[in-house]
Amino acid sequence: MTKLDYLTETPSQTAGPYVHIGLAPGAAGFDIYRQELGWDIAGPNAAGERIRVEGRVMDGTGSPIKDVLLEAWQANAAGVYAHPEGGGDVEEGFRGWGRVITDFATGEWGFDTVKPGATAGRNGSVQAPHITLWIVARGINIGLNTRLYFSDETEANANDPVINTIEWERRRQTLIAQRSKEDGKVVYRFDINIQGQDETVFFDV
Amino acid sequence: MSTPANTPAEYYQRDRKQHPPAFTPTYKTSVTRSPQYSLISLEQTVGEISGPRFGHNDIDPIDNDLIKNYTHGGDPIGERIIVHGRVLDENARPVPNTLVEIWQANAGGRYRHKKDTYLAPIDPNFGGCGRTTTDENGGYFFRTVKPGAYPWRNMVNDWRPAHIHVSVFGASFSQRLITQLYFEGDPLIAKCPIVQTIPDADAIDRVTAKLDMNATIPLDTIAYRFDIVLRGRRSTMFENRLEGN
Repeated sequence: MTKLDYLTETPSQTAGPYVHIGLAPGAAGFDIYRQELGWDIAGPNAAGERIRVEGRVMDGTGSPIKDVLLEAWQANAAGVYAHPEGGGDVEEGFRGWGRVITDFATGEWGFDTVKPGATAGRNGSVQAPHITLWIVARGINIGLNTRLYFSDETEANANDPVINTIEWERRRQTLIAQRSKEDGKVVYRFDINIQGQDETVFFDV
Repeated sequence: MSTPANTPAEYYQRDRKQHPPAFTPTYKTSVTRSPQYSLISLEQTVGEISGPRFGHNDIDPIDNDLIKNYTHGGDPIGERIIVHGRVLDENARPVPNTLVEIWQANAGGRYRHKKDTYLAPIDPNFGGCGRTTTDENGGYFFRTVKPGAYPWRNMVNDWRPAHIHVSVFGASFSQRLITQLYFEGDPLIAKCPIVQTIPDADAIDRVTAKLDMNATIPLDTIAYRFDIVLRGRRSTMFENRLEGN
């Protein structure tokens, strides 16, 4: 039997404990590149509410994982991604992509950005504002995809077609970042549980 | 709000049998870092078919030369190698202008990382990371030194085969991939609990770089070839058009 001539995706391997050397060398302890990538998600010109997103990533024992690297991908406040098929133009300097690592001592991570707008779903539906997160670390064999939604978007979240594909309503809560104000700054808290009863919903994208 | 006229053409479903499962007990760290519930299947939308793009403002030409990009007056110790190849998608089309980042141990098997305490010495002329963007044919290359094998804490006497970590973006965030490149003929490949998380022998072969004598620079640098395949994408499809592609 002849086979179709598609190629097959290269297999994933763990990013390992030293992912920082490649993707955030400053954190590994040395200075090599003119600029590291992923530190400025929104840029200076982006419209919308300035927010901070922070959290921890917990393992199956409930302990924070301290060697995680996360990447974020989001639309701007108008719901447009910085991409030729992103739905339009974005502000100069708006990238919508960021990269952050957890603190070696505490496991805390955080980044500053703008709150994204609603985006187009499939077949004319509307998706609630969200940030896509991709998580790699030692012990994670293939990157984990999840979505961060916002606690103050109650109605949009209730109508979000992706949230509504999750059969277990209790698990939907794992995707909602909790809004608070700290020193006048808007902060969303998003703790990720890799494993266990409160395991965060991860997607096969 | 973004309003593409049609639901965008998707990337092909990821074939999970080609990848390690999350839970691989012989690689012990995965045991508490593996989700136990099923992944929720997500039909792709604009956020999944788009992804970050990188340009010449982001990186410098020297960034892909690990022999020179951290020099402190000399070259690093070790076997001089070129690692090159193409980034393709599952339709065998080149993926141009995409970011490829690598990191690795030095020739003695030691990482320049504050958490690595292996007794092999740091090389003062070796940082251990590089990055480049693919050309219009999906081609990329790095010059570096061959990394050494090193022991790691898993079972008492586990050793990693020589390897280079590789991170690739592709045209969309759905194609995002991190893997490791091994070197053809290394007897540690068959013994490594991390390599062996990949369930399929053919798949392991596809993360093994091949000696490429034709790309070797005589009397100077030996070469290995490593092609990377990212997920393919459907042609733009109109609803109700049965022939699809």
